Amino acid sequence: MKTGAKILVESLRREGVETIFGYPGGQILPVYDELYDSPLRHILVRHEQAAAHAADGFARASGRVGVCLATSGPGACNLVTGIATAYMDSVPIVAITGQVPTTMLGNDAFQESDITGITMPVTKHSFLVKKADEISRVVQEAFYIAGTGRPGPVLVDLPKDVQTGTARDVPPAEKVVLRGYNPTYKGHNRQIDKVIALILEAERPLIYAGGGVISSNASAELIAFATQLGIPVTTTLMGLGGIPCDHPLNLGMLGMHGTEYANFAVTECDLLIAIGARFDDRVTGKIDDFAPHAKVVHIDIDPAEIGKNKRVDVPIVGDVKAVLTDMLNSIKKNGVHDAWRKKIQHWKEHHPLKFPQDGKLHPQYILQQMNKLLKGDATIVSEVGQNQMWTAQWFGFHKPRTWITSGGLGTMGYGFPAAIGAHFARPDLPVFDVAGDGSIQMNIQELGTVAHYKIPVKIAILNNMYLGMVRQWQELFFDHRYSYTELPSVDFVKIANAYGVEGVRVDSVDEVMPALKESLACEGAFVIDFRIEREDNVFPMVPAGAAINEMIGGHPR
Amino acid sequence: MKPHTLSVLVENKAGVLSRVTNLFSRRGFNIESLAVGPCEEPGMSRITIVVIGDDALVEQVMKQLNKLIDVIKVSDLTGNERVERELALIKVTAEQGTSRAEIMQVASIFRAQIVDVGAKSVILQVIGDSDKIDALEKLLRQYGIKEFVRTGTIGILRGTKTVTSMK
Repeated sequence: MKTGAKILVESLRREGVETIFGYPGGQILPVYDELYDSPLRHILVRHEQAAAHAADGFARASGRVGVCLATSGPGACNLVTGIATAYMDSVPIVAITGQVPTTMLGNDAFQESDITGITMPVTKHSFLVKKADEISRVVQEAFYIAGTGRPGPVLVDLPKDVQTGTARDVPPAEKVVLRGYNPTYKGHNRQIDKVIALILEAERPLIYAGGGVISSNASAELIAFATQLGIPVTTTLMGLGGIPCDHPLNLGMLGMHGTEYANFAVTECDLLIAIGARFDDRVTGKIDDFAPHAKVVHIDIDPAEIGKNKRVDVPIVGDVKAVLTDMLNSIKKNGVHDAWRKKIQHWKEHHPLKFPQDGKLHPQYILQQMNKLLKGDATIVSEVGQNQMWTAQWFGFHKPRTWITSGGLGTMGYGFPAAIGAHFARPDLPVFDVAGDGSIQMNIQELGTVAHYKIPVKIAILNNMYLGMVRQWQELFFDHRYSYTELPSVDFVKIANAYGVEGVRVDSVDEVMPALKESLACEGAFVIDFRIEREDNVFPMVPAGAAINEMIGGHPR
Repeated sequence: MKPHTLSVLVENKAGVLSRVTNLFSRRGFNIESLAVGPCEEPGMSRITIVVIGDDALVEQVMKQLNKLIDVIKVSDLTGNERVERELALIKVTAEQGTSRAEIMQVASIFRAQIVDVGAKSVILQVIGDSDKIDALEKLLRQYGIKEFVRTGTIGILRGTKTVTSMK
């Protein structure tokens, strides 16, 4: 006989978990007692939200399931934003929460919250465990559900008496069988043949690749497929890194802050092949004018995404990697789309991304320098807002899982803790969190965590003393009325120093590269406070609700 | 916008009903009627839901329902040959010597049964589709309905077609 807490920790080990992120409290104490002499590494964060984001960052950087742990009530509630963030971006995490004893459930006991109820709309599945002998099965199912099909967060709520209760050691099932859960991995052959035929017929085909390419580890297949058929590729925010930034077929990001040439290509293409993407409003702009001349192919593992926002001509439900592999095997002859590629090349040359070359400290310059220094061999995490869009536009991504950002939910404060998680997934790579002065202050307490464990996360704050993206919208659409978006100057170096973290302030372009090099040379965490031009905007920009070829801040056409 | 009758086969587990109904409330759908009960397969329940919505929205909700781990099968019975039934219990004012005879006459036309008789009221039990029950309620209103209880609609396909876990 073993306690539930012991069974939990052993079950986690069995799933291959090495590192978990958490914060203790009353109703999770038996599990923490078990962790005290377990080989599982537990990272004590400074706020539960950071535990969820760290588990998420770990999952995105590694492709494995991330794990976070919190106590009941406020601890569990603090995980919610992190769970919702993972849900929106299809990230596999397992969140384990303490709960009041089963005998007190529903009694408004101290630190009780109905966390399975609260998280129902933002989890792929959740379990409220009632007996210790269920734990081993539940953990196995939780990891299976989180990590297979369209990945997503799973919550396991463990009442305290279940943690202390005893049960026989139940061996894990050889294979998880759930009657209501059978994801489709293999695409339908006839549909695949149809797509190949459409591609050979098409004059102006375009691939629109999303986060599904990253989560199914299908980057190599995507590149092979695009190259063999000569099809240009634009990626979503979540798909960056799926094809190298300098690949001749790559058009960069599309959508609200996409490149002009990617958005032109979408508008003019006659065949759009959506791969692991979901036609999000930040991508499509006005949906009726999105790819208006194109037949649409949609490859996705989630049948509910097919036809959700955009009418689809040929749907293929399946795992992106499996479908692309089958498609590659079915290609009998190569596609020729020279005239189309020439047209795109013309757009690329005449409509590049740009920023003022006036010697002032512009954020785009900083990202260019970071790229020059790191050459793609780094994990780049961002916060949300202008910092995120500038990074997406200007840092060149070469490999999948080296770009980590909150796309769907757009969670400010995500980046720093996610960068902590990413470090544990890829300790061999330097990790940078590109932040704004607004976002970084949402989870700045994690300086305590990185100092405590000597986690070498480098934080590049693009400090404009504004909530920059909101200010940009106020400038453009609210007549310059900067309502509650100006932030007073903060001495971030001093804050870092107070936690025992080194930092430097940068005011001019000459100081950028030395500061970046200094941060890399530093063994621990490092903060760079870049005082950038205050009112720089992210351009080009598609105003909300406009067609994506109606951009402002681009080149005259 | 038309009514859709959805038959949803689910694992009989705590919380499954809120998972299912959450998907409707999230989209601002009002559930017109809901019926839940055990079914022919051990450990499973069948939920019958009637919602009013346009076809594309209902299709989207069905796809979302299918994603729930505890949902085994979802079918839209609408447009298929089917039998739909509700059961209603209606407590009607019926003082002796006044309308009681008339009420009993109405009941027999609707093949409703009198299941309880009190000094001042009777209880009618009626089974039928929504229209039949609406019609009876309307007729009885003149006598004074003290209380009206009805189940959600349950539905089943005619012929050999079934909504079961078997493919």
